This record gives sequence, structure tokens and C-alpha cells, in this order.
Amino acid sequence: MPERSEIVLDRFRQGDLDAFESLFREHQRSVYGWILRIVRDPAAAEDLMVESFWRIHRAHARFESARAFEPWARRIATRAALDWLRARRPESSLTDQDVADLPSRSVPDPGIAAEVRQKTAQAFARLPPGLRIAAVLSVVEEQSHKDVAAALGISVGAVKLRVFRAIRLLRKDLLQQGITP
Amino acid sequence: MTKQEEDRVKQILRESLPPVDPEAEPSRDLWPAVLRRIDAEPDAAAPGTARQNWFDWALLAGLVVFAASFPATIPVFLYYL
Repeated sequence: MPERSEIVLDRFRQGDLDAFESLFREHQRSVYGWILRIVRDPAAAEDLMVESFWRIHRAHARFESARAFEPWARRIATRAALDWLRARRPESSLTDQDVADLPSRSVPDPGIAAEVRQKTAQAFARLPPGLRIAAVLSVVEEQSHKDVAAALGISVGAVKLRVFRAIRLLRKDLLQQGITP
Repeated sequence: MTKQEEDRVKQILRESLPPVDPEAEPSRDLWPAVLRRIDAEPDAAAPGTARQNWFDWALLAGLVVFAASFPATIPVFLYYL
């Protein structure tokens, strides 16, 4: 006899709205957190949650009930976040206020000057979105390469390469600004 | 770039972009907004479908125009199909 979760997933695949709401309630926090890690803007993350779950609903017939829902939802949400980053001008990304408003438990290291942190955030915002996502999830949020690869729909090797390229470009940008990391 | 330099840039990046609180939650219930979005566009095509259809029809129209303009090329096309 199939378990309750399997029944819900099967009903979702058939377009049942109640099953979809059940999945939304179960996974909203995780998917929201994932989007927030990428876009680093709580208001934008909420908008992208709505966009992502709309896309998820639209794609319900393509969902394979035998697979897990969350990695699939994360992949769709990552695509929505990537579209958002591409549409946003780099210079409008990550103001000091954005960083201050972000829910975080981290305390800044006094050994790194505020100016360096600000210039690094701005330089990071200028990187291509595909590299930014891989670097922010792997380096800053310390997500596993496997999870990042699954969300981006690429191989683990490609994630490592993107992170390396992001760090190299970031260092080059900082050096051009007179900051020697 | 040496491993040390790479690690230093990563450290500065972590300090510049503090990790998000894993307990972060949306400030409001987003389900009503999802429902409104679904109701607003219930039968929208899947991503890329409309563009792909448009491209397919444009390609077909181009082929028809080309074949009408140069009928002698039709056997050549059929040969390579």
C-alpha cells in the first residue's frame, strides 16, 4: 500500500490543488531559504517563491512521482532565481542596507575592513549570475557540491569549475581596485 | 592563483556576504499569492513553448516561401530528407 507522501505526490502530478497546497506547506520554508541564499533579498525571495511555485504547478504533469519533490522544486526555484539575477542590473545588487537587512547569525570579522567587505560584495555582484550562484551556495552557504549541482542541473565538476572561476574573477576585480586579498 | 590566495578570497567573500539564517521564513503566508498567480494564468504554456511554436511556424513559412520562389530546389530538398 503506498505511503501518504506517495499518494500526495501522485495526486499533485494529476493536478490536484489540495495536494499541491500540502506540498507547498511542507516545503515552503526550505525552498524559501534556498532562494534567499541565492538572491539575498527577503522581499525578492518572497516574490520568487510565488513565481517558483507557480512554475512548479504549471509543470505538475512532468513531475515523476518516484522522485523526491524537494530537489525538483529547488531546481525550478534556482532557475527562477537565476532569471531574476540576470534581469537585475549588477550595480543595483547588494547595497549595504541589503546586507544589514538579511537575516543572518554571522558576526563580521573586525580584521577585514568594512570598505573591503563592501567592495567585495560589489565586485561579487558584477560576476556572471551562473558563477555567482555556484559560489554563493558553495562558499558562503557551504552547501554540498552535489546539492548545488542538482539545483543547477550541472555536474559536480562543473560546479567546482564555476566556483574556481568566480573566485579567480573576484580576485582580479579586487586587485584592479587596489585590494590585495 | 595559489591555494592560499584562493582560500583568502573565499574568506573575504564569506565576511562580505554573511550566510543566511537557516531558520529564515517568509514574512507572510504566500499561498494566497500562489493561488492568485495560478488563477491569473491558468493555461499558460510551459516555458519556451510559445517561443518554440513561433519559431517552428516561422521556419515552415520560410521554407514554403523559398520553395514557391525556387520550385526547382524541391527535388533537392526531398533527396536530402
